[in-house]
Amino acid sequence: MAFDKVWVLAEVADGKPTGTTLELLTKAREIGGAVEAWTWGGEGSAVAATLGAYGATKVYDTGDLGGALPGVPVAAAMAAQVQGGNAPTAILAATSYDGRDIAGRLSAKLDVGVLTNVVGLSDDGTSEHAVFGGTTVVKAAFTGNPPYLFLVRPKSFAAEESGGGAAEVTTVEVPDAGATNAAKIVQRHVEERIGPKLDEAAVVVSGGRGLGEAEKFSMIEELAKLLKGAPGASRAIVDAGWVPYSYQVGQTGKTVKPTVYIACGISGATQHMVGMKGAKNIVAINKDQEAPIFSIADLGIVGDVHKVLPKVIEALQSRA
Amino acid sequence: MNVVVCVKQIPDPATPGKLDPNTKTLVREGKLILDDSDAYGVEMALQLADKAGGGEVTLVSMAPNEEVGGLRTALAMGAAKAILVSDESLKGADALTTAKVLAAAIKRAEPDLVIAATESTDGYTGTTPVQVAELLGLPAVTFAKHVEIDGSTVKVDRQTEAGYDEVECPLPALVTVTAGVVEPRYPSFKGIMAAKGKPVDTLKVGDLGIEAPAVGQQVVDVAAAEERQAGEIVVDEGDAHERVVAFLEQLKVI
Ligand SMILES: Cc1cc2nc3c(=O)[nH]c(=O)nc-3n(C[C@H](O)[C@H](O)[C@H](O)COP(=O)(O)OP(=O)(O)OC[C@H]3O[C@@H](n4cnc5c(N)ncnc54)[C@H](O)[C@@H]3O)c2cc1C
Ligand SMILES: Nc1ncnc2c1ncn2[C@@H]1O[C@H](COP(=O)(O)O)[C@@H](O)[C@H]1O
Repeated sequence: MAFDKVWVLAEVADGKPTGTTLELLTKAREIGGAVEAWTWGGEGSAVAATLGAYGATKVYDTGDLGGALPGVPVAAAMAAQVQGGNAPTAILAATSYDGRDIAGRLSAKLDVGVLTNVVGLSDDGTSEHAVFGGTTVVKAAFTGNPPYLFLVRPKSFAAEESGGGAAEVTTVEVPDAGATNAAKIVQRHVEERIGPKLDEAAVVVSGGRGLGEAEKFSMIEELAKLLKGAPGASRAIVDAGWVPYSYQVGQTGKTVKPTVYIACGISGATQHMVGMKGAKNIVAINKDQEAPIFSIADLGIVGDVHKVLPKVIEALQSRA
Repeated sequence: MNVVVCVKQIPDPATPGKLDPNTKTLVREGKLILDDSDAYGVEMALQLADKAGGGEVTLVSMAPNEEVGGLRTALAMGAAKAILVSDESLKGADALTTAKVLAAAIKRAEPDLVIAATESTDGYTGTTPVQVAELLGLPAVTFAKHVEIDGSTVKVDRQTEAGYDEVECPLPALVTVTAGVVEPRYPSFKGIMAAKGKPVDTLKVGDLGIEAPAVGQQVVDVAAAEERQAGEIVVDEGDAHERVVAFLEQLKVI
């Protein structure tokens, strides 16, 4: 089986399609005939060139959503197209805040299931899923009628340009979704970050509970800065309020694939490792020789972060 | 204010998960416990009902073999009662099927607010709650890191890629909570004793007035993921930092 037409949910951040969007478009081209993208928030025209360069021939744009969370209105617009006869074989969305909301809504509207945590997808219609914290790979397939919904984990596919021209933008109407569309954003808060983005950085230095206290995270930031990398964190210290959620690496946080990942005072729970074990090289510093993180580290240092890290920082500073 | 919390009962995550080699569905045998992710929802619900000065917290769960282990924990935390749907026909249910069952059960409690976790520990599809909301015709605010009720409005700080959004939504509504939204309480001895006498309404799919929903997906293969090999382990004797620096040099990141 091949996918005739594939729709990709194109998320836009800072005026550009996200990295995962480009990964999904590349994959869609590989498995499908026609590739079309969906955008919302009123930036369809601004991103049509990039979406086209990665293979989309058409962009469906819902326009500005008037402060509504995208889940309901975007799914309603998509469902209206499908029910009106314009149906794709597959719909690819990222495992992201809005991707999950839209896919969930659409699934219930169209009465079709969603295959989630997808890390592989082939044109015979089977998908691969990382389960049990990434220790097991399951292959699955839909048994019913299309459209098939896939929620794909970021960094599962490479992004490659197709050299296509700008996609044609079609404005689609958002049907009135009544009470379901009542959630409205009243204020946005952007957390300042310096240096490269966590999921794009070549070096990621992450800290965990082994740092002992929030103040000690400054060592992680310092080392990340010296390596022109990004600081990251385990969920334990995000939940403890030491750092914002946007720093979290793992199943419920970011998936990172840097050249080097340096885990400091992190035990290596499966939910953490699923987000970083795709790194090319892993360094772990942990005082417990039995810590699971050592089972995947290329260089494991059994030691105290409070002793090792300051010395690494000092050595790098003296080289600068 | 009446709050329903969707609570999943799962095998202890400390023991690794298993797939049945024949049916290729998750093995759910032995005792099930309250999913840690849902303990946050239970706590949130208890605090909101308390602040609203009345109303009940009802648990809704779908689980095999009339399992109540996890429900008792949540009842011991302070929930008033539970609705449990347990039916042979639900074996291997996908998220949409689960959502259909949960939605039908939730309807019975006529809640002002439905709370679920952003994702479960064992399945982590993260779609069930939104599917429930759509089936019930409710608005939803997902990824809540702070929740407040102001009259008939729920105010949520919703996590985003860039930070967070303040979102407002009229009730009734569904909210999914992240870990860290509140600190779950430990059940007290009194709570544990009281939980034993709290009502658990155990239903079959037929009791909900719906047919066993069809599952539209299947697992076709299971394999162990490629494992990363462990590299060199160095015990720090005061000079391990040199190894780190040398390693970074070799990779040309410095
Ligand atoms: C549904 C679900 C989703 C989850 N998602 C995520 C996720 O996305 N990301 C994530 O990270 N976690 C996630 N978790 C949590 C995960 O299971 C772990 O609880 C968490 O990763 C542990 O963080 P940690 O390694 O910092 O803390 P711990 O497990 O407490 O480990 C601390 C480590 O520090 C070491 N240590 C202590 N002192 C020192 C010292 N002085 N020097 C050196 N080492 C020291 C200890 O030996 C220990 O190994 C999730 C859990 C669930 C249930
Ligand atoms: N079988 C179930 N019984 C009760 N609640 C559930 C069930 N499955 C999922 N949920 C709810 O939906 C959330 C997300 O689950 P999931 O979609 O599996 O990631 C869970 O944390 C629960 O709040």
